[in-house]
Amino acid sequence: MGLIEGRFEPNIVVTSADAILNWARSRSIWPLTFGLACCAIEMMATNASRFDLDRFGIFPRPTPRQSDCLLVSGTVTAKMGERLVTLYEQMSEPRYVISMGSCANSGGPYCDHGYHVVKGVDQIIPVDVYIPGCPPRPEALIEGYLKLRELIEKETIAKSKV
Amino acid sequence: MTIPEIFKILQEKFPDAELTLEEMNPDSIIRLRTDLIADISQFLKDDPDLSFDSLMCLSGIETVEELQTVYHLYSNLHDHKVTLRVGGSKEEELIVPTVSHIWPTAEWHERESFDFYGIKYKDHPDPRRILLPDDWEGFPLRKEYEPQKKWHKIPMTAIDYKEEEGDES
Repeated sequence: MGLIEGRFEPNIVVTSADAILNWARSRSIWPLTFGLACCAIEMMATNASRFDLDRFGIFPRPTPRQSDCLLVSGTVTAKMGERLVTLYEQMSEPRYVISMGSCANSGGPYCDHGYHVVKGVDQIIPVDVYIPGCPPRPEALIEGYLKLRELIEKETIAKSKV
Repeated sequence: MTIPEIFKILQEKFPDAELTLEEMNPDSIIRLRTDLIADISQFLKDDPDLSFDSLMCLSGIETVEELQTVYHLYSNLHDHKVTLRVGGSKEEELIVPTVSHIWPTAEWHERESFDFYGIKYKDHPDPRRILLPDDWEGFPLRKEYEPQKKWHKIPMTAIDYKEEEGDES
């Protein structure tokens, strides 16, 4: 739901308000620390000093209520899938989801024989950006965040997120 | 003490336990009657010459004909090891006496082997699943296991895009 959607006549121009809101949102993506498997090691490396995600304003938070982005880094089992939906529902809008690595994208190596693995996290929550790789390198994760930043910059408060 | 020596001691102590020595390289395995595993384990732990004070591992196995439980024992005092095996036909439910009152570590191991193979342990203090959710159906490491399609509304199967395209056309 857009912030002012349906509340005014359709001739309201919101470009400047959009610009400043999108600038603020896209420059301070706070992801939820949600490490599930080996992708979490890459996520930690990307957050640490060598790759330094803090220069993009990306700073991991320990609680879903303070975060804008859910970074699903690793294999989502059925048991964890239920908790993942709970965490996603606890996040305040606008919220975004990045699916990191083959396991979160499609089940990866567990696609055929993993009886307990959710075959793609997009089957239980909506995903904005997919990062391929097993696990993706920190550069790929940074690229994923930059793609998310592009997505956020295209948003407007007059229309809901498609 | 070597495994054949331990086997000889057990044969003298438990003549009706149907003990057999399965020759294997490097360590042989002692096969015994399922309902005597708790008594024999108690003896193996208490006997001063054997004193197996540590249960290194307890595993469930499914072979072509039967379900089995394998016990790897170790004595810190004498530095010797022995492997025990019990089992029964797949046709009927396998019920094994628990050894968790002898080695407390067996409690979780037995729960795990119940979780994945459906082997039941008699007199177990807490006979629940350990890793999978309590309402999971079936025992996943059994050969005839069919994965669930859905669990608590969470889909567990991959989307078959070919099938979906076929439906539309």
